[in-house]
Amino acid sequence: MGKENQMINIDNITYEYKSEEENLIAIKDLSLDVEQGEFIVIIGHNGSGKSTLAKHMNALLLPTEGVVEVKGMDTKDEDHTWDIRQIAGMVLQNPDNQIVGTIVEEDVAFGPENLGVKREEIIERVENSLSLVGMDAYRLKAPHLLSGGQKQRIAIAGIIAMKPDCIILDEPTAMLDPEGRREVMKTIKKLNKEEKITIIHITHFMEEAVDADRVIVMEDSKIVLQGRPREVFKQVEKLKKLGLDVPQVTELAYILAREGINIPADVLTVDEMVMKICQLQ
Amino acid sequence: MLKDITIGQHYPTGSVVHKLDPRTKIIAVFVFIITLFLVDNFMAYGFVAVFVLLCIMISKIPMKYIIKGLKPLTFIILFTLMINSFMIAGEIIISIGPLSITKEGLYQGSFMAVRLIMLVIGTSLLTLTTSPITLTDGIESLLNPLKKIGVPAHELAMMMTIALRFIPTLLEETDKIMKAQMARGADFESGSLIKRSKSLVPLLVPLFTSAFRRADDLAMAMEARCYRGGEGRTRMKQLKYYKRDFVAIVIVVSMFAILYFS
Ligand SMILES: Nc1ncnc2c1ncn2[C@@H]1O[C@H](COP(=O)(O)OP(=O)(O)OP(=O)(O)O)[C@@H](O)[C@H]1O
Ligand SMILES: [Mg+2]
Repeated sequence: MGKENQMINIDNITYEYKSEEENLIAIKDLSLDVEQGEFIVIIGHNGSGKSTLAKHMNALLLPTEGVVEVKGMDTKDEDHTWDIRQIAGMVLQNPDNQIVGTIVEEDVAFGPENLGVKREEIIERVENSLSLVGMDAYRLKAPHLLSGGQKQRIAIAGIIAMKPDCIILDEPTAMLDPEGRREVMKTIKKLNKEEKITIIHITHFMEEAVDADRVIVMEDSKIVLQGRPREVFKQVEKLKKLGLDVPQVTELAYILAREGINIPADVLTVDEMVMKICQLQ
Repeated sequence: MLKDITIGQHYPTGSVVHKLDPRTKIIAVFVFIITLFLVDNFMAYGFVAVFVLLCIMISKIPMKYIIKGLKPLTFIILFTLMINSFMIAGEIIISIGPLSITKEGLYQGSFMAVRLIMLVIGTSLLTLTTSPITLTDGIESLLNPLKKIGVPAHELAMMMTIALRFIPTLLEETDKIMKAQMARGADFESGSLIKRSKSLVPLLVPLFTSAFRRADDLAMAMEARCYRGGEGRTRMKQLKYYKRDFVAIVIVVSMFAILYFS
């Protein structure tokens, strides 16, 4: 395996939440390799282990069995914990609970400050990160006065300021309105395309998965399905059986096809659908 | 209603007062508080009041905003005034039943009330003109020499920052929960004291649950952003004294000296 362009290597890990009453296996014999620059979307039920997996990718959790490597560094190696967390940044679901600073720029500076970056460079990084997420105008605002989508973009800027190679986003859009979701998705895609940052995006919104390089479906602490969005989503019945949705357009295509209309089952976007329908006789 | 609380809120205007080093302002407020407690005549208070008014004007914070901040304290101020007026023996002005207001009491009472008002305005002027992080930076820097005797300066400052950061969030949340419980028929505003305290339970339980969940999340987010205590941390904003800081300190200290020694 060519390790040079590998971002994260997860080798046969198991993770058990241990407590007094019972032990709960949240991840079971799971392997996954993420390449540099990839845009991965992870979907799956509540409780299927997505967040647990995400926390393994920046050493917030250590596997009970197996090995997780970030750019070749074992997450169990305490000498590398902080390097790993600098390389693999994490954005959480609730924007209110991850903003530390009382002013936008102070929050964005929090990460680089922790890394001991020099003052002049912090200022530069804060400026760049804020303009990358399109929030430069809000630099001196108080975060609690911003909208959910804006707060989440500040949280992303705070991660970018640490110059990560990879960002893991655990349902960053779950608490946002459609407008906020669009803003955040646009930002994530831009980071992936223009900044070449590897993205691992966990979501319950299937529409957010259609542009991914790879979709990973988790169920009951395992990966049950993965591939390009088109290949994954055309398995409408299998996904339904797992209790998951497919993008609305794909579902429509599926229903139309079932009714005998000549539409391929792997339509992902509205535009594509319009094309296919116009081509119908 | 909860929106009225201005303590701990920052009101940026970019004035000279805002630009002063936080350490200057903290020291100034300390001197100010000591002055308030040492001074014992209305003349001197008049002098202090003029000084405070000047500071407010220079800071460009609207008077309305300052007065709004006093509102939640109306009760305590009135209470202080009344207790003093009724309790202190002396020349009786008015009698209401068994109670009587004395001249000395009224004098002492208004004295205390003015002192309280000044105290609140003075300290809120500090928080209004200083961003919470700068403020905690100032405290950390002033406490730094005490690190040697085991005062956890950085940790205290971080705790304060987080508390200040979450005040608005938690207030908003309290408001939301209150409305939700009111929609279910909860009554927070009438009934006996006991009944009212009881009605707080359905407010406090969800509030605490959510606060603990937030704390959990925040701790994780901070760890994910490589936070590992004060060691090896750099700061984007570095505190620095300018000429204006010396001027401010000289003014405040000389005011104290004039009032105290004259
Ligand atoms: N801190 C914890 N202690 C004990 N068990 C936990 C803990 N966190 C999660 N679990 C359990 O581990 C399993 C996987 O949880 P996880 O949070 O990884 O799921 P998820 O796929 O992220 O779900 P969701 O979509 O709801 O976020 C669940 O059964 C959950 O109850
Ligand atoms: Mg989760």
